[in-house]
Amino acid sequence: MSMILTIATREFKSLFLSPLAWTVLAVLQTILAYIFLTQVETFNLLQPKLATIDGALGLADIVITPLYSNAGIILLLITPLLTMRLICEERRNKTLSLLLSAPVSNIDIILGKYLGLLGLLLLAVLMITLMPLSLLSGGVLDNGKLIANVLALILLVTSFTATGLYMSTLASHPAVSAMGTFGILLLLWILDWSAGLQEQRSELFEYLSILRHFQNIQSGLISSVDISYFLLFTASFMVLSIHRLANERLQK
Amino acid sequence: MAILINAEHLSRYYGKHCAIKEVSFTLAQGEVLGFLGPNGAGKTTTMQILSGNLAPSSGRVEINGYNLQDQPKLAKRSLGYLPDTPPLYKDLSVQELLYYCAQLHGIPKKAISSAVIKAQDRCGLMSVSHRLIANLSKGYQQRIGIAQAIIHNPDVIILDEPTVGLDPLQIKEIRDLIGELGRDHGIILSTHTLSEVQAVCTHVQIIHQGQLILKESISDLNQQMDTGSVLISTRLKPDLTILSALAGVLSIETMPDQHIKIAYRLTDNPTQRLIETIMSSGWELQELTPLKRSMEDIFITLTQANN
Repeated sequence: MSMILTIATREFKSLFLSPLAWTVLAVLQTILAYIFLTQVETFNLLQPKLATIDGALGLADIVITPLYSNAGIILLLITPLLTMRLICEERRNKTLSLLLSAPVSNIDIILGKYLGLLGLLLLAVLMITLMPLSLLSGGVLDNGKLIANVLALILLVTSFTATGLYMSTLASHPAVSAMGTFGILLLLWILDWSAGLQEQRSELFEYLSILRHFQNIQSGLISSVDISYFLLFTASFMVLSIHRLANERLQK
Repeated sequence: MAILINAEHLSRYYGKHCAIKEVSFTLAQGEVLGFLGPNGAGKTTTMQILSGNLAPSSGRVEINGYNLQDQPKLAKRSLGYLPDTPPLYKDLSVQELLYYCAQLHGIPKKAISSAVIKAQDRCGLMSVSHRLIANLSKGYQQRIGIAQAIIHNPDVIILDEPTVGLDPLQIKEIRDLIGELGRDHGIILSTHTLSEVQAVCTHVQIIHQGQLILKESISDLNQQMDTGSVLISTRLKPDLTILSALAGVLSIETMPDQHIKIAYRLTDNPTQRLIETIMSSGWELQELTPLKRSMEDIFITLTQANN
């Protein structure tokens, strides 16, 4: 356990040694701040009308849900760039043997790397969440909705990171790893689009779609189906990564 | 003495290509084992297997009594490894990297800083401990690689070409360090400079085309190197008939520049008698060199014989 933390802490600190982590956080925050302000503006315009309707959309629906949906899409683009280096670059720089010849197991290495990067993404989620929290100074928020959105985004990044990590153990070049991760994630994201056409609906595709589960949780309907989907998704890629790392010793 | 490494029948195939075949050897405490071989002989593959970076296709490795495949964590506790490329995170400072390595090897928190300082001190890194590894020269990076391999004071130290890229002074320092470490640890080092083996190792092992073709202690090897001849040069021309009449002398060959080569019986070394004769005859001895087969000669004979 302490080894996992050691590796995770090193990974997290190393991310901030390169400009990449800073850039990612800055870009993410700037774009989302812009979206956030636009949504707040929209709410300001609509508020007089909404006030007259009973049970109409609230601040949470107009500002928070779109903010987190957009955050999900931007993270879909950004996560592959962060995960691509995890194992792949260590292998290229031949630093992997430092970990492989130390008394740590493959599970320690994979979990450590995973948690290190997840730390950065959770930091990003925290920074995004500061924006809707700032609304508390001048208004009332639907706390349940906010928590549901934060949970949805956290589950989303855990699964994105796991996918990226696995691709990073597979690929021999970081760009290949990034492209592969992006491909898988985007495919799973758009898998549900065919569901709009009634006769082409497929229950399997619907279940596999990340977007559907993400939106379900976002809407505040926190069901074990959606949560277990994300947990299963993450766990599968983690197991695959550990397995792949064990194979590293066999093949080469 | 305690057996630190026990490798039995190690074989490794890359696809159909056989990198090493049925390699078995042991390493005891206090031994410095030099691993010699031409390029592509399987030195690095063997080292990778011993360090747990590569699984053997067959065979087993025991380190300090623990099987590397079955109990990797316990086995690796007593293992320090420097690969052919030092595994360094270039964006860390020397101190940060060594601190991380100390943590990875499970050194207790309180002992880490003293371990880091000791490793830096032993490898001559004190003056650069706060600098980024990326900005340091190849020689320093190599030393950091050695420092990370010895920081946890392991029983077994595996060094893959430890003196590559170092200047002569640094090579001497590293050799001294290896000699010092070799007293209470077991060390395996691979190299293709033969003089290095003669300088630091107690045992030597030659691998060629994936197979061990020689394993001997350095003193046995030195005996093998004795060719049983001396090269003598005198200022005045000596009388060869007198010299050849001396006991133990087998034959005399004249060489250019007033040199003569005298072959003698290994059991009856006539050097003392030769000197006395030359002195008393007044030929003025200028040079007397025992001729040795160089390590290179042995190496070449052995590797060619196996081709």
